[in-house]
Amino acid sequence: MRSKVLLFLVSYLSWCLLTWVPDWQHLVVGIFVSAFVVFIIGDLFISGKHLSRYPIRCWYFAACYVPVLIWECIKANFDVAYRVIHPRLPIKPGIVRVKTTLKTDTALTFLANSITLTPGTMSVDIDREKGVLYIHWINIQATDIEGATKTIVKRFEEILGKIFE
Amino acid sequence: MKMARWILGTVILAGIGVWIIFRPIPFLFHHNLPNVGFFGRTLFILIVACFMCLYRIAKGPTSADRIVSTDILGIMLVGLCSILTVTTHRSWYIDIGIAWALQSFISTLALAKFLEGKDFDE
Amino acid sequence: MNEIIGLILISVGLAFDLLGCLGLIRLPDVYNRLQAATKCVTLGTCSILFGTFLVVGVTTPGIKALLCLFFLVLTTPVSAHALARGAHRSGIKLWEGSVVDQYAEDKEGEA
Repeated sequence: MRSKVLLFLVSYLSWCLLTWVPDWQHLVVGIFVSAFVVFIIGDLFISGKHLSRYPIRCWYFAACYVPVLIWECIKANFDVAYRVIHPRLPIKPGIVRVKTTLKTDTALTFLANSITLTPGTMSVDIDREKGVLYIHWINIQATDIEGATKTIVKRFEEILGKIFE
Repeated sequence: MKMARWILGTVILAGIGVWIIFRPIPFLFHHNLPNVGFFGRTLFILIVACFMCLYRIAKGPTSADRIVSTDILGIMLVGLCSILTVTTHRSWYIDIGIAWALQSFISTLALAKFLEGKDFDE
Repeated sequence: MNEIIGLILISVGLAFDLLGCLGLIRLPDVYNRLQAATKCVTLGTCSILFGTFLVVGVTTPGIKALLCLFFLVLTTPVSAHALARGAHRSGIKLWEGSVVDQYAEDKEGEA
């Protein structure tokens, strides 16, 4: 039931943004369209139960997380630009494995997306039973599992664990 | 040999840049737009980047290269639609951009599934 | 003032788009190309969309540009991840100058 209500709110909000300059005709039609979407795929939009337990704390840590992500993303772009322009291509690529302690689906998805947007790393695959991520790294600094984990995952894992678990 | 290729590419890119900067471009614009020259050069730089993607599509050794550059071309066309929205004052270009972004995401997922060598209904 | 900041953001986005496509041409491998192109082109296009929002203000195309930016940030890393996994499963080797491939080692151990 909570999944259906959340999906209704999200789709109604996106309808209002798509038909901006709000008008009563657009708002009424949007109610019908959102109800139709909920009628079709209402059960698939799974909501996390943890989000409703400590809502204020979750939003506080999310507000801490977004500036970190944007700063890492800008750093990543300058790093890639330097490697592309340099005449001798200073790259040393390879695929390493790192460990993670997160368990939830949402947390793992956000961790993989953050790793893809940060400097020099891109997630290739996830093994959920062992808790192992495979990461393509454009300039390898450590091939053992502890060093790679310390360099790549640590800066996001703590804050994501506080948000989602 | 590598150094010579790097110098050749730099010279070609610098030539294209100089040609873009010194060429007047009066087309496709709303008559009230203040920065006509800036937006014209913007469009030409994006078109040069799209041609780089087309080169990788034509040359790419494996099929994965072609799929990657098709995806990147789709993302850049979203930016092109956004700039066309500013220059022509028609708001439906950005609608094309949103639809293109979502459709390109779904088609890329389907192509990745095809590359993996499985059936589509898994 | 908003318009000047928007024009500067559009210029920065163009530069990053061009660098991403240069990486698509220069780098030697599917995975490296995917990395460079995905990061640079994502931030470049998001910067262009935000510059568009600043130039046109809170109007219909401005709000739609913000929505498009949100979709792009959500969907691009997912498609890059799917493409890298599909390329590795389909048997494309890494570049010969690369150091380790622990994913292939684990796959060999399972099979």
